[in-house]
This record gives sequence, C-alpha cells and structure tokens, in this order.
Amino acid sequence: MILTRFRREISVAAAYALLLILLLIFAPTFFKGNQFHSILVSSAPIVVAAIGMTLVILARQIDISIGSQFCVCGIAAGLLARSGLPMPAVAIGTVLLGAAFGAVNGAFIAGLGLPSIVVTLATMVILREGLRWWREGEFVRDLPPEFQWFGLGQDRGQMVVVGIALVVFAAFAWGLRNLRAGRTVYATGSDPEAAFLAGIQPRRVTLSVFVAMGALVGLAAMLHSARFAVVDPTAGTGLELAVIAAVVVGGVAISGGRGTLVGPLLGVWLMATIGPALVFFRAEAHWEKALQGAVILLAVAADGFGRVRRPHATV
Amino acid sequence: MALLRACGISKAFGGVQALKGVSFELRAGEVHALVGENGAGKSTLIKIITGALQPDEGTLELAGQPVVHSDPVTARRLGIAAIYQQPALFPELTVAENIALGVEQGSAWQPVRWGDRRVKARELLTRVGASIHPDSEVCSLTMPEQQLVEIARALGAEARVLIMDEPTASLSEREVEKLHNVVRGLRSAGVGIVYISHRLDELFQIADRVTVLRDGALVATQPMNQVDRVGLIRMMVGRELTAVFPKTTVKIGEPVIELREVGCRVAGVRGIDLTVRAGEIVGLAGLVGAGRTELARVLFGLTPADEGQIALRGKRVAIDSPRRAIELGIAYVPEDRRRHGVILDLPVAANTSLAVLNQLSAGGRLSFAREKVLARTMVERLAVKTSSIDTPVGELSGGNQQKIAVARWLATEPSLLILDEPTQGIDIGAKAEIHRLMGDLAARGMAILLISSELPEILGMSDRVVVMRAGAIEGDLNRGDATQERVLSLALGHKAA
Repeated sequence: MILTRFRREISVAAAYALLLILLLIFAPTFFKGNQFHSILVSSAPIVVAAIGMTLVILARQIDISIGSQFCVCGIAAGLLARSGLPMPAVAIGTVLLGAAFGAVNGAFIAGLGLPSIVVTLATMVILREGLRWWREGEFVRDLPPEFQWFGLGQDRGQMVVVGIALVVFAAFAWGLRNLRAGRTVYATGSDPEAAFLAGIQPRRVTLSVFVAMGALVGLAAMLHSARFAVVDPTAGTGLELAVIAAVVVGGVAISGGRGTLVGPLLGVWLMATIGPALVFFRAEAHWEKALQGAVILLAVAADGFGRVRRPHATV
Repeated sequence: MALLRACGISKAFGGVQALKGVSFELRAGEVHALVGENGAGKSTLIKIITGALQPDEGTLELAGQPVVHSDPVTARRLGIAAIYQQPALFPELTVAENIALGVEQGSAWQPVRWGDRRVKARELLTRVGASIHPDSEVCSLTMPEQQLVEIARALGAEARVLIMDEPTASLSEREVEKLHNVVRGLRSAGVGIVYISHRLDELFQIADRVTVLRDGALVATQPMNQVDRVGLIRMMVGRELTAVFPKTTVKIGEPVIELREVGCRVAGVRGIDLTVRAGEIVGLAGLVGAGRTELARVLFGLTPADEGQIALRGKRVAIDSPRRAIELGIAYVPEDRRRHGVILDLPVAANTSLAVLNQLSAGGRLSFAREKVLARTMVERLAVKTSSIDTPVGELSGGNQQKIAVARWLATEPSLLILDEPTQGIDIGAKAEIHRLMGDLAARGMAILLISSELPEILGMSDRVVVMRAGAIEGDLNRGDATQERVLSLALGHKAA
C-alpha cells in the first residue's frame, strides 16, 4: 500500500541512496569534508522555490518567470538594505515584492484564463530585460554589514538560511496534506471542471498558488542574496529549469494533481549532489548538465512506464 | 441492387450489447431513414459503416464486394462519407483547403496548386447550390453553410454512400428546404443516403424507406409510404424492462423547488415551469439535445438563469454559482462521471469529502478522522466495492465510481438531488442498487430530479414525468398516464398520439 502510493518518492530516494553508495565505494573522501554542509546551504533557496513550483504544477500550471523574479527580488533586497531598513523589514519587503509578481502572473492566468506558459514567458522576459534597462548590469555593492548572513557571521548565518528553508518546507508539507486549502490544489489540478462542480473555485486556487509561488521566490532570493557581500544582477538565470527539473524528478506529475512535497525536496538534493559528486569521480564538470538531463528523462520515463502498468477501470 | 449491405452486425461495449445481429441494406439512389430512441444503436451502426468501429460479428459489403477490415481511411476510399450534426471541419482553414483535405490525393510533399484547388472547390460548391467564396475561413460561415461545405467535400471525394446524422437539427425551416433539395439532387445522381433525424415530419417528406432500431436490434425495414407516424413511434418504443425499478410509494411533501418561466439564453432553455416536491422523483425525459442537462446546469448555477423565478422551499433565490447551489442544498451528479463526477486521481475518501471539506475542517484544518468516518459510512451505505478508502477512484469499476459520485453529494445532505444519466454504462447489478438508493432517498424526503435517456428507467422510477423538447417543456405526465408512446410522442413533438 505505502509502497505503491509513495512509489515516486521512494524511487527518487532510492536514486539518491544509489548515488551515495557509489560515492561511498569509489570516492569515500566525499564524506570527509563539509560537502553535505555546502550542498545544504547552496540548495536552500532552490528548496524554497521548489515548494512554490510544486504547488503550481500540482494545480496544473507552470511558472517559468521565477528566475527573473528571483533576480529582481535579490536586487530589491540589496537596495532596500542599503537604504537603511532593518533586515526583518528587508526580508518582508522582498517576499511581498515576489508575491506581487506572482499576483500579476496569477491575475492574467486565472482572471483571463490565459495559458500559464505564455504569460510567465512574457513576464520572464519583461522582468529580466526591465532589470537590465534599469540597472545596466550593475552589482549592488556597499551593503550594510548586517546584510551578509543577516549579520550573524558565516556559521550561524548558514544555519539560519538552512533552518528557514526547512521550517518553511515543513509548514507547506504539513499544510498541503492537512489543510482544506491543500486538498483544493489537488482537486483543481486533477480536474478543474470536476472541482468547480464540487463547489471549489479553481480560479481562486490558481491565483493563490501563483501568489504563493511569488512569495516563496522572494524568500528564496532573500536567502540566496544573504550568502554574499554583493548582489549579482544575473542571479537566478536558469533557476526555473533547475526547479522544474527537481520537482519532476521528485515525482510530481506535470499534468497536475499528483505528487507530494517530499519528492521535490529529495529531487533538489539529488540534482545538487550530482555536480560535486562528479568532481570526486574525477569526471569533467561539463558532464553535470548531461547527467542531470538523463536523470530528468529517466524520472519522466519511469512515470510513463508506471502509468502503462497502472490498471485503469473499464470505460 | 444493394449498394451497401450490412449483415448480422453485433457489437458490445464492456457488458453492454449495443447491436445485436442487425442487418441493413442501402440501395443506390435512395434516401434511407434510420430511426430509434436514444441508445437504440443508430450511432454504433453508423460508426461501423464508416469504419470508426469494428463489428464483433457480421459482414459489410459495398457494391457486392466484401469489406474485410474497415477503418476510416478505407471507408473513405471506398466512397463512404458521413456528415454529423456538428460539422467536422477545420475552422481556421479556408473552405477550399477544407474541401481539398477530403478530396486531394497524393504525397504530402507534393506542392499545392492553389488555382486548381479553388476551381475544384468552386465547382463542388456550385453543385450543392452554395454561394460561398472558396477563400473564406470556415469559422466565418454559418452552421448551414458549413454543412453545405461538408456535403461538397463528400461529393468531391466521389462518395457513393452519404450518411447524414441529424443534419437539420440546428437549421431553420427554409434552410431545411434548401438542404432537402440538395439531398434530392444527390439521390437522382445515384448516391445512397442514410438519413438520421428525430424530426419525423421531414422523414415523410424525403425518405424512401425507413429502418427502425430498438435496443440494438432491428425492428423493421419498410417503404416510407407504408407506415404512418403513429406506427413509427410504436415501433420505436417498447424497450424491454430488464431491471426492476423499486420505486416505493411515499408521501409527497411540500415543494422543494419551484421554477416559474425560467430561461437561460446561454443554455438554450426557456419558459420552464417545474416543481419538485419532497419525497418526489421527477423524471426529465427527452431526446439528446432537448435541453435536459442544460436545465440541470441552470439549477446548479453553472449557467445561471437570466429569466424567470426560482423558489426554494417557498423562498425566492438566485443560483449564480455551484457554490451557492451547494449552500442552498442542491446537489448535481453530472452525466459524464469519469470527467466531472469523480476525480480519478484522488482516493475514495478524498472524493467523498470534496463537497463537504468545510464541515470536516476546523480553522482550515482537515480532520482525517472525520473524513475516514464519512468515507467508511458511505462505502458501507452504498455498498461500494473497493479494496480500501485510500484506493484512487480511477481503479474502481464504472458502477462503483458512480456510487462515489453520488456519495459525495449525499454527504452534503441535499434537499434536491439532480441525477444526470446515473446508470449510463454500468452493469445491471449496480444499476439496481442505484435505483434502490434513489427510492430510499425519496422515502426520506429528498426531492429528486432524474435525467435519463432510458425510458423504462424514467417510467419505472418517476412519480411524474416531464418531457422536454428544444429547450422547453413539452408536457407533464403523472405516473399513471405516462406510457412509452406518450413520452416519445411528446419528445418528438407530436402532442396527439
């Protein structure tokens, strides 16, 4: 029962375990240094963004504008901090800005019924190019000392970054399962028409998942920027692909309605471990993308095979 | 000589026998009407002739040659073309391109000769008497114009057999007359035409022979001038009463819902006067497309009424969304259960609780314990066969899926339950259980509106039968007065029968 129900989550966990076993056999030094520590810290923002993407994909939508949102939010965080606001206010402002971006996407998609891939493609380009026009590729420098690692120093700062990501993850994982709102996301993604007939308002659900997505991207941008002394104006390039890949590898059906949050968490970690692991296998670094691509294809193919075998009721 | 001959055709879907040894013959240069109630097997026979379905048994012959394995491409090559009520054209392409798709042969890499294509289209359009420009986009044409384009395409493909399925359903009197002239022209050119229509009047005008189907079996094939309207209706009805309908007599209470002159332009229903009382089962009969489902959608707020008044328990209400309808105690089990009645990916428990999530949660938090209790109770009460309440509904059989769809709405404890084709495509046993359940619910004071295309089901279950036709109510019969002939006559628009 548990095996079939969480088959996808178990598969990605098994894949991750296999990778770790291979490392243990062929490159045991991997476990000596602080590899896991740095993977955990660098992937914390991706985990946060993957939570939002999971909600969006469960609701049968997609958001490819998150890389641009992430970048603009990071720059905004830096500018807000430089203007002298206290750090908690900076964080809240960044999250709200992200939520506003998400609300714009959601308004077009839920309000006008436009396809999400087109709307978010447009906002992706608008945000990225708008930023380039406004900032002309300039870094945000001269940040106040409490910006990097929230002024807590590297060690405690890293703990805070990872801690926030995990707490947010736990809250959403609990909510998706235990809150009425969570159930409406699954129902909407499985069958919007049926959900509507059951008294759920699919448009409102769609708008909400995009707002949540934006807010989480804002938070992810905050956690990412806080790792550095300056804000990079090209941050978040390709983030949407990394996040969608992790969510799909984590077993969330791209057609909506099926999946949990645990899978994407493992998916993020699996994808984030491949790169460093290659170094220890003495493989060339450019194999990383190819291998990640293979993992995505494998995950989707496994889903295809699973579906073929799944007994479907008679018509 | 017979142009097309189908011998002993049988076809079953799952456990349902759609055709039982039907034989059908079409001559060159005749218009052959094919009639029968909803579900009599007309569409299945058509699909077998056009190669869309393979018969389980029986043979097909075209001009004396046996058609061994038929598929739509082969059928088209052999000169069999079909025109449906809803034209099957590509709306974004031009008229000439649409015609060319059915007519032009040759490799996909051959360059298009636009001039020839236009000339050919113009010639074919002239033959069907249509003044349509070959370069107009199909989506800019009216419905009758689109039908003419389809006929032109069939002519271009040198169709010898033309099947017309309800071609006049959406046409006005004048347009019907024009279409009939085209049909007569085709007939004198030697084309064999299978003509399906619910308008009996027009069959007497245009058809040479008629074949009647009932319950998937052949009733008779006769020359049109040897039958009359009453005889035809009598041949169409008389379906076997296969299931037992345990409608118990219960005390009918106060009106639950009252409609006065209700209409909705989007849904295409108008002037509806209807009352359903507590403990009463009202059967809504009519042909496919008569507006029954559309009326249900109005009552459930999917397409809110824009005229008239709706009163619930004597109080005037506006039902403007499904959410509002649910609050008011209206439940709707839709027709297409696999698509809208249940959510196949979600487990039994989540499907059962979907319409009552509010009651099952406190402060937004779902109580799994209460959801389990609800799901277990419903599974037991409706005798749902499932391995557990965590099984995705997609893995259950059709009858059990339907029970889950009903269970979801019983959980809301509605005062009005609308069931749209609740027993379509489910086996006899599950059907009887659904009927028993309906009887129980009515006995407990629920008002039930039953939409069904199965006349015996309507007659067996209903206290009152309301017959719809063309978006309006055609008649209202008490249980004692409702016979298959009467209902069908009303549905076909013949009051005096």
